[in-house]
Formats: sequence, structure tokens, C-alpha cells
Amino acid sequence: MNQMVDISATTPRNPADYRSKVQPIWCPGCGDYSVLMEITKAMAALELSPEQVAIVSGIGCSSRIPAYSNCYGFHGIHGRALPLATGLKVARPELTVICTGGDGDGFSIGGNHFLHACRRNVDITYIVMDNQVYGMTKGQASPTTEPNWDSVLTPGGTGIRPFQPLVIALASGANFVARAFAGDPEGTTQIIIAGIKHPGFSFIQVLSPCVTFRPEQREWRNQVRPAPVPTTADPSVAAKRIMTDDGFNLGILYQGDRPAYKSGLIASSMQADELSQEFLV
Amino acid sequence: MSGRKQGGKSQPIINSIRELLAHALALEIEAVERYAELADIMSAHNNPEVAALFRKMSQIEKLHVETIHEQIDHRQLKQLPLIKYQWISAEGPETTDLADLHYLLTPKQALTLALVNERRARDYYQAILQSTVDRDTRVLAEELAVEEEEHVALLLSWLEKIPATEDNWDYDDDLPSTQD
Repeated sequence: MNQMVDISATTPRNPADYRSKVQPIWCPGCGDYSVLMEITKAMAALELSPEQVAIVSGIGCSSRIPAYSNCYGFHGIHGRALPLATGLKVARPELTVICTGGDGDGFSIGGNHFLHACRRNVDITYIVMDNQVYGMTKGQASPTTEPNWDSVLTPGGTGIRPFQPLVIALASGANFVARAFAGDPEGTTQIIIAGIKHPGFSFIQVLSPCVTFRPEQREWRNQVRPAPVPTTADPSVAAKRIMTDDGFNLGILYQGDRPAYKSGLIASSMQADELSQEFLV
Repeated sequence: MSGRKQGGKSQPIINSIRELLAHALALEIEAVERYAELADIMSAHNNPEVAALFRKMSQIEKLHVETIHEQIDHRQLKQLPLIKYQWISAEGPETTDLADLHYLLTPKQALTLALVNERRARDYYQAILQSTVDRDTRVLAEELAVEEEEHVALLLSWLEKIPATEDNWDYDDDLPSTQD
């Protein structure tokens, strides 16, 4: 089991050390402000140097996070954060690679990459700020939106069964599957710390309310609760729990010990030159 | 709008002046930083009135930080102990929950959030007052609780002078999209 890190104790590093001078422009009340704070708290607790960390994202409100951090950052194209992060981690294994994004970016446009990132088990921490809506483009239903969400753009709801990210992560081979809530600074920071420390692909779904297009999500803080059972290393037990809970149990819901992907290919300039020769016409 | 759930945290056990002042300093610094952050957020979303109010609150909290520093200097406590903060709320008691913001927040609502913080700080010191076994710590905790109660009274007097928030305060027929 994970050892708890004392995040409130004073440490040589301060969460503010990881913030850039760029002012976030998320809507006031957005859960993403808290997630940014929780990520910086986790990095401070782990005493990581900003130059040891790369934050990679795709497109969407939550994907703006790299700009708000002074770590290495890559704000990539829509849905492609995970392949970027995978390539970066394989090429630069000494870096701590954190991938951030939203439910639309990660599960719709990037859905296929999500499956294969879980399967490959490269040592990345993937934090998805799930607000069940496309906020940046003014409130369209996303893959995790409930089927009966009645809105201006989806009158009567989509009628489509929502994507179940935790179950799919588990079925695809993710080795660390967790759910957190943006408004739980201590709990979420602990989960992010555990995810970063865990070798292999760590998937963390953070329920992050969109107070503008889903104001009813303000109620999430009264609905979430710590999972009533300890973390399991048995995927069949985890699958049953995740498939039968109401989506508000928080914690590390599955943690396995599958070895993280290690590249057997050590690139060298000689190999690259030889390779390029093969493609010369 | 309401404060964050307390999360069932245990009561603080603080039995030295040094530890109490370390907590007092930390909670005031956290308040300074959070109010400044709230001011930046509201400023970015074109709510200058509430931004100015939060900026003012940050400045007021900065004065409280100085007061705590004076207490530390007065007692010649050069180095405060490295400690794990014992909050009973999710963050420091004077730290506004980021989730309580709204881009159309009114000054009345903003001051009400500040009032929640001051009451929480008062209750925090009163909890220490109840639990500590150290006489000097009890005396200081009582002083700090009284100060926070004064802040509560001050905010209540300010709130009386501000017009009530209209029922449809959050109505907007053109919801925002992220600025780029």
C-alpha cells in the first residue's frame, strides 16, 4: 500500500515554485484551479525540480495547465496528449511525465490513444479533469455526459450510454486506476503523489466541476466520499466495484504490479543515420 | 454558496506557543495568497468590483501576517518549528474554497465568503482553546479567537451597508467561453 506523504508539512519546496507567471483564465469556480494547485502540491511534496518534470496536454479548458506551470510543457493537438507523452517518456525516461486533459480530449478525440496507453504501461501519470461536458466550446455533451442531460444543445439528452473511463482503463491494462475530486485538496494531492510514484501508467479521473455549463456539479462536493473499501490489486474485484459504484467513490481503486514498459531501443545518432539511409531515394 | 464540507477531521492538538504561532502564520499567509488569486481570477473575468474587494482582503490579511510576525519577534522565536498543519477544514481556516466563486459574484456574496473564513478561523482557535493543555497556548489561542471575532463583527457591519443580491444574479443569456 502507498505510504502517505505529509503534504501539509513544510517542505523545502513550495507549490508556488511550480507556477508560471501566466494567469489562468478558467471560469471562476472551475474545478481546474484546484487541480492545478493539487498537482503543484504533489510536486512540492515529492520535492521534484521543475526541470525534472514535463506536463503534456491536448486541447480543452483543462489542457491549458502546461502554460500555468514552469515545468517543461507541451500543449499539443486535440486528443494527442498521450502519444506525445509516451514518446517523451520513452526518449527521456529520467523525466517525470504528467499528462493532463479533459474528458472530451481524452475519451473522444483521444479515446483510441487512451486504450493503448493503458495497454503499453509506459510510466506516465494521466490526470483527466472530467466535467462531463465540452466547456471550451460552450457546453456540448461529452463522452462521459449522462444520457438524459437536457441542455440547449442536446434537448432531452443524447440518449447515449456514457463512456466508463475507469472500467475501460482497467480492461485495457492500466496498472493504477483512481478517482479523485477537485474540491478535496488533501485527498487528490495524495492520489497524484501515489500516481507519480507508481511505476507504469497511472490513470486518475478527477471529478472537476464545470460551474458554467454544469452548475449542478457544485453539488458533487456533497456526493463524493472515500471509497469504503481498501485498494485492491485484483482486477476482477476492482472491475466489479467500479462497475457497480455510483461514480462518487474516491481513492485508488486498483493498483497492480505489472512492470512498466521499458524501451529496449537505445537510440544513437549512428542508428538514426543508418535508418535515414534506408529511406533515401 | 456554501463552505466546503469539513471532511470529519479531528480536533487540533496544539500545546506550545511556537506551534500555535506557526499555524497562525500559515493560515494568514494562505489567506493572503488565496485572496490575491481570487482577485486575479475576478479581474480576468471582468468583475472589477469584486476583484478590488478580494484585493483589499488580501491586503488586510497581509497586515495580519505582520501582526503574527510581531508576536513571533516579541517572543524571540527566531525559528518556528517544522510542523504538520492541523487544520479542521480542507485547507487553512481562512482560505476561501475556489469552488465557491462565480464570474458574476456580487460584492455581498464575496464578503459573505470572507465572513465564512473569519468565523472558521474563530472556531479554529476556540477548538485549540478547548483542547490544549498548555496554559500559555490557551491564553494566546483566546486572544486570537477574540481577534477573529472582531473581524467577524467588522464584516457583518460592512455587509449591512451593501445592497442585497438580486435573485437572478447569475442570469446570463450568453454564457462565457474560455478566452484565448
